[in-house]
Amino acid sequence: MKKEQLWELRLYVAGQTVKSATALNNLKKYCEKYLKGQYTIEVIDLLVTPQLAEGDQIFAIPTLVRKVPEPIRKIIGDLSNEEKVLVGLNIVPAK
Amino acid sequence: MPAKTTRRTPGRKLEHLPKKLTGITGFDEISLGGLPEGRTTLVCGDAGCGKTLFSVEFIVRGAMKFNEPGVFVAFEEKSEELAANVASLGFDLKELIRKKKIRIDHVHIERSEIEETGDYNLDGLFIRLKHAIDSIGARRVVLDTIESLFAGLQNETILRAELRRLFQWLKDKGVTAVVTAEKGNGTLTRQGMEEYVSDCVIVLDHRIANQVSTRRIRIVKYRGSLHGTNEYPFLIDEDGISILPVTSLTLDAKVSSARVSSGIPSLDAMLGGKGFYKGSSILISGTAGTGKTSMASAFVDAMCKKNKRCLFFAFEESSMQIMRNMQSIGIDLERHVNRGVLRFHASRPTLYGLEMHLVSIYKMIHEFKPEAVVLDPITNLITVGTVSDVKSILTRLIDFLQGRQITVLFTALALKDITSDQTEDTVSSLVDTWIMIREIEQNGERNKGLYIMKSRGIKHSMQVRELVISDKGLYLENVYLGPQGILTGSAREAHKLHERMELVLNEHAQTRKNKQIVRKAKDLEARIGTLRAEFESDKEELINERVEQKLKKRVEQENLGKMERLRGNQRPEVTTSKGKNHNKQG
Repeated sequence: MKKEQLWELRLYVAGQTVKSATALNNLKKYCEKYLKGQYTIEVIDLLVTPQLAEGDQIFAIPTLVRKVPEPIRKIIGDLSNEEKVLVGLNIVPAK
Repeated sequence: MPAKTTRRTPGRKLEHLPKKLTGITGFDEISLGGLPEGRTTLVCGDAGCGKTLFSVEFIVRGAMKFNEPGVFVAFEEKSEELAANVASLGFDLKELIRKKKIRIDHVHIERSEIEETGDYNLDGLFIRLKHAIDSIGARRVVLDTIESLFAGLQNETILRAELRRLFQWLKDKGVTAVVTAEKGNGTLTRQGMEEYVSDCVIVLDHRIANQVSTRRIRIVKYRGSLHGTNEYPFLIDEDGISILPVTSLTLDAKVSSARVSSGIPSLDAMLGGKGFYKGSSILISGTAGTGKTSMASAFVDAMCKKNKRCLFFAFEESSMQIMRNMQSIGIDLERHVNRGVLRFHASRPTLYGLEMHLVSIYKMIHEFKPEAVVLDPITNLITVGTVSDVKSILTRLIDFLQGRQITVLFTALALKDITSDQTEDTVSSLVDTWIMIREIEQNGERNKGLYIMKSRGIKHSMQVRELVISDKGLYLENVYLGPQGILTGSAREAHKLHERMELVLNEHAQTRKNKQIVRKAKDLEARIGTLRAEFESDKEELINERVEQKLKKRVEQENLGKMERLRGNQRPEVTTSKGKNHNKQG
């Protein structure tokens, strides 16, 4: 784990759905646990700003995008599987 | 062909399903009006069969022809790639995008970049689609190809549920949508997309026969509408997709009773004195070197001289070659070309598939608008297709031409000299007039016997004529039918000479006889003369005799009187004169 690394995360949702809320809660939980003080989470509601969907190639909801560090990674779903999220975000190197 | 709703739609008044014209050449004809409006159509087929092109054309034509904005959701290609790909077809996507007529949304799904955890839906796609549709007021939507989702996402259960929702959503949105999908093994699509789309399914196909590929399109299903069910060949050329329907399913082309000259006056004479019907189809068949091309050229020459535009499709010779060769028989085609009334289109049949030939013919006819078309020879087309393919092509071509009142003349090379075989091989049953040229071999030379095998609706001569190709052009000679059979060529000439000799001899004999008669008449006259002379002399003699007898009688009476007087004493003065007479006689 790189200590000085800043994690820029974006969570795309569409309205206040159960799935979105679950995903946001899960994400916050993991970030607090592993990236405390090193992360920013931006929640984008596509119902409000649909034009942003194209930029990050969003087609599924909810989608978590790791903008920084590069490369961009995407995790779709409600982020219920902790291990998969961590692997997907490259927080813990895959065993 | 311009897109138009066909007027032959049966039960049109009852038809409620509104349709949207695609603008794709020929498709609106076979689907009787286009795709179902406000519904989703599935277009499936193998890789490279033209699915993307079909959908792009649907969008582009919609924007250009019908002023309907469209959204193209590309799962496979980027916007720039797509624009570059269709630029070769003359579609300026960038300009259309700038004018907000088209919006291309590239949905990039890369499995390696995506991790799935837990439940999700495709709302992102819906939102993007909705945003795209609303931003330009789109009426048409394409998803190409939605199966990419299956490749990019693992959770099929979610995917299928979401797709079902997507199609319903598109329907609710009221847009006319086209969804493309890959062909599956034994099924229409790999992922069974046909389950979700129930309104209209189109299958594209790409087959290769004899190294020549033919693309075909078929409407498998079209709920709530009549449609052509056949497989229709189509092709992709510089103008996009062209589908060639077997133009008319019915035979209802209008006909004309106007006539056009065949270019050979003696042939016109055989055809009731006027030539062919305008808009009819003529087949000239014959073995190699019988003058088929020459006859076709004579026809073209005659048409061009009347300022009627002609199109000459040559599959064997180049245009220059034909023009040079025809110059040698006194037919100058070059000046017609220079005047712009004649156009040649020479191509090797193997250049492209049959369908492509047909389309290039269609196109040139559309462009040039000729009154007569020549195809020389159609038999060469068999090298790129089967006989039945050629026949189907020609049927369609004839239909197409007849519908436009264009006279068409085919030449066909007959490999066999037997009529019944030719009938099977060629399109003789399709054409209106069939002229056959046969070689007649006799006395060590070959001559060309021309027969009119059939000519629908024209009282035509059943006789064989000899086709003579001279420096001055073509003409027909009567052939001699004698006890030895048909006489042609030098045999006929010999026969003619023989006849002439007989004529001279006859004349000679006649004059001799005439002279004899004159002589005999003269003879007769002479004899009549002598007889008359004889008669005259006889008559004179007889008259003389009678006079003498009379004189004798009088003298005798006088003498008697004198004697009586001498015996008695009579007057003396009378005696003297009478006495003299008496002396004379004594």
